[in-house]
Amino acid sequence: MTPTGPSDRSMPRRAVLGGMAAVPVLAQAARAQGRPIKIGVLTDMSGPYRDFGGRTSEVCAKLAAGEFAGKGFAVEVIAADHQNKPDVGAGIARQWFDRDGVDVIVDNPNSGVALAVSAVAREKNKIFLACGPATTDLTGPQCTPNTLHWSYDTYMLARSTGGATVKMGGDSWYFLTADYAFGQQLQKDTSAFVVGSGGKVLGASPYPFPGTTDFSSFLLSAQASRAKVLGLANAGTDTINSIKQAAEFGLTKTMQIAALLMVINDVHAIGQETAQGLIMTESFYWDLNERTRAWTRRVVALSPTNWPNMCHAGVYSSCLHYLKTVAQMGAAEAQASGAATVARMKSMPTEDDCFGAGSIRADGRTLFPAYLFEVKKPSESKSEWDLYKLQATTPADEAWRPLAQGGCPLIKA
Amino acid sequence: MFGFSRSQSIGFVIMLALIATSPFVLYPVFLMKVLCVALFACAFNLLIGYVGLMSFGHAAFYGMGGYLTAHAAKEWGLTPELSILVGGAVGAVLGLLFAWLAIRRQGLYFAMITLALAQMVYFFCLEAPFTGGENGIQQVPRGNLFGIIPLGSDMNMYWTVAGIFIIGFLLLHRVVYSPFGQVLKAIRENEPRAISLGYRTDDYKQIAFVLSATLAGIAGGTKALVFGIATLTDVNFTTSGDVVLITLLGGLGTIFGPVVGALVVVSMENYLAQFGSWVTVTQGAIFVVCVLLFRRGVIGELGGLLKLSL
Amino acid sequence: MFMIFGIPGPLLFGQLLLGLINGAFYALLSLGLAVIFGLLNIVNFAHGALFMMGAFCAWMLLEYLGIGYWWSLLLAPIIIGAFGILLEKTLISRLYKLDHLYGLLLTFGLAMVIEGLFRNQYGSSGLPYRIPPSLQGATDLGFMFMPNYRGWVVVAAAIVCFTTWALIERTRLGALLRAATENAPLVQSFGVNVPRMVTLTYGAGVGLAAFAGVLAAPIYSVNPNMGSNFIIVVFAVVVIGGMGSILGSIVTGFGLGVVEGLTKVFYPQASSTVIFVVMAIVLLIRPAGLFGRI
Repeated sequence: MTPTGPSDRSMPRRAVLGGMAAVPVLAQAARAQGRPIKIGVLTDMSGPYRDFGGRTSEVCAKLAAGEFAGKGFAVEVIAADHQNKPDVGAGIARQWFDRDGVDVIVDNPNSGVALAVSAVAREKNKIFLACGPATTDLTGPQCTPNTLHWSYDTYMLARSTGGATVKMGGDSWYFLTADYAFGQQLQKDTSAFVVGSGGKVLGASPYPFPGTTDFSSFLLSAQASRAKVLGLANAGTDTINSIKQAAEFGLTKTMQIAALLMVINDVHAIGQETAQGLIMTESFYWDLNERTRAWTRRVVALSPTNWPNMCHAGVYSSCLHYLKTVAQMGAAEAQASGAATVARMKSMPTEDDCFGAGSIRADGRTLFPAYLFEVKKPSESKSEWDLYKLQATTPADEAWRPLAQGGCPLIKA
Repeated sequence: MFGFSRSQSIGFVIMLALIATSPFVLYPVFLMKVLCVALFACAFNLLIGYVGLMSFGHAAFYGMGGYLTAHAAKEWGLTPELSILVGGAVGAVLGLLFAWLAIRRQGLYFAMITLALAQMVYFFCLEAPFTGGENGIQQVPRGNLFGIIPLGSDMNMYWTVAGIFIIGFLLLHRVVYSPFGQVLKAIRENEPRAISLGYRTDDYKQIAFVLSATLAGIAGGTKALVFGIATLTDVNFTTSGDVVLITLLGGLGTIFGPVVGALVVVSMENYLAQFGSWVTVTQGAIFVVCVLLFRRGVIGELGGLLKLSL
Repeated sequence: MFMIFGIPGPLLFGQLLLGLINGAFYALLSLGLAVIFGLLNIVNFAHGALFMMGAFCAWMLLEYLGIGYWWSLLLAPIIIGAFGILLEKTLISRLYKLDHLYGLLLTFGLAMVIEGLFRNQYGSSGLPYRIPPSLQGATDLGFMFMPNYRGWVVVAAAIVCFTTWALIERTRLGALLRAATENAPLVQSFGVNVPRMVTLTYGAGVGLAAFAGVLAAPIYSVNPNMGSNFIIVVFAVVVIGGMGSILGSIVTGFGLGVVEGLTKVFYPQASSTVIFVVMAIVLLIRPAGLFGRI
């Protein structure tokens, strides 16, 4: 019920918000030689996921583009706000592909929007590099030859965070679930791991998304269920608010909180005092090794208030891999068919500062290790963003849903 | 045959010429959106402009029309024209229900009860499994018109949308200038008097409401096919607010007003898009200015200036 | 542990109490709406935006001037009330002779402008506002853990609501107000400056909204959309209570908060819709609302 008013329509919003004017390129002219490679960062610029993706994603795409200056083809980056609305996102994607000569769309937090964009990318035979969305459907029933899924997904989060929590004795769960595709799927995947490792699920409060700001009633129900673990199947500001309010109602003393999707920016926003001891899963952390630290310094120079998380790392990594492929294929050929370019991307191993060496599976899933982190106590931190302790690592070949279980139609062929 | 006055005929010819030539100049998907929204606004205008009923729940018909059309096209595999008719039928059924509950209420109460009912529809759409919740129904195929003409190409789709819009527009115009429409206007001006003349005004209002809801459903269904997606945005109450804005800006109770309003508002959203929330601010400001200074709207003021009925 | 309808008793009590807290906001907001509707015949769609401005005002006072919660609770309603008076003088007063609907449309537009401006300036993910130190912490009530601040909200809202009701129903000023609602020219002929009274009433109604905004700031994050999340529900409250009825809006506000709280126990997905179901039923049975006169 947010009256963002009539601006919430399917025609492109803020199509040129990226700071670079998107000069309309006519479809015909687009086929002319030497057309620049155009990357469109479609993300949440103003809503609950604006720190999760947002401006920092654009910065990361530009970093990747910058590394290909003078390689024989020009690269442009534009950005827009999808406002977490599938119809708005699909509208922008359509116009970008049809009229603005965009070759590839990256990022896109919000599973609903991502599924819509993925469909448009397939229809137009362009490319969609999904880093922000969580849904495993992108590499499952709704997988397409034009989409690659980077960074993370609900299965990997559920396996890593859910599995670890049960091992530590948290065997009875209550879920606080954002009532849309992402939250429901996260709850379902996590429940499967909890039950599979001998735990039980005592209940769930699906709450209306978006628009819920007061979680107190749901927290009370959770408390009354006498579960040991409160599973937060939500993300972004919802997660932040639910953890803050859980602390207010004293839940943090009686229950273990498992934030199923939480990134470093959320921890930073909640504050270490409240967040200490929480565990969560990411596939990237700035302080993992020398390469991640060096890369993060480059990002932070351009985005000092919002440090990169796994979504931002994915934007960089996926753009880099795409541009490497373009350099190999030649710009004109890479632009001719999105599916062919994606097939070539799948055949090459990935290699970058953020994730190290990795690979892409036939269903479009990228394979990296998943790291389980615990939030440090304030006394343990040396600096403002020194927030995580590494607790466990799930290797790349175990972290993701097995290929055969996904039901991706590309695999049967 | 449609009861056009001379000036209206000229207006209609100009409109047809614009519809026929504009897709060669402008982005057809954008134009299709204008036409869908314009049909929606025309349907709404029948109520507020000619019966004096202000519905604050028209998004329910528009959005549900979209959902059912999308469902019919995607899951049942119906052809586009049948899918859109399904959307219209849903609008009609819902309209009947709304009218039955709300029609005896006046003014603000009517607006509030339609709003409440529309919120319930919104809730239904959020929860019912077939709507896909927050994700909406995606990847709706445009299909083949009458099973023959593929609508995958934007131009074919455009001509179809244009056809639907023109039929809807003429139908509404015919209704407004029929004896039935005269009674509606009598109700708007003085309902007790219409009753004393022996008209069962509730029945008249009910029929007008259902007709308006049906066309809103058709407009929503057409939009869903154009974009291949049906989502909660279209059932949200802000959509109900938009259609009021569009109609008010164009001119309440004028036949071309809603069309001009739709053109202005949709282009504003499109071309002012890079200014972000300024679109909302601009639209709000237009609302304020219209209410304070131009209550007759663009077409109403123009008609007043030229002393014509447009 | 004893059970009621299959729900543990303590949980039920807890939810009732939380419902009451939400109800406090509904009551405060709908009270302002009812006062404005009663005298001005304007459906103030901008009420949610003004509520949001109250919260932002408190946030700005703290951020830019270092003025804390308690002073904000006093200052914000005055500042925003003055803004409301400005709106009334320059814009709304031009519409009194027209149909109600134009007032609704004008304030709807104003709400869009105000919320759009705030969204441009502050984004929409919300700004934190701390609970004042004296109200931090929580009390164990036996059946639930009650944050002190939320307890304060219920008490403060109840006091303000009762005071407003008493002012209107039990004082000479209130009598004049009610008389002006019935027949403005007559009251004017007794030498009362009715236009000024109308302006001040609008300011007071807006002040109530801003007061609720400051109360809400520590609970909900300060967010440009916070008013629009409330406004539709509050409209429903006013309609259910009977447009313009002071007592009706207070009782219905608290009551619906409780109904909503209970829904969250039994069927959480419906929590944002149950109020509209109640509204439709009430309007079918009693078209003028629970406390309205036909």
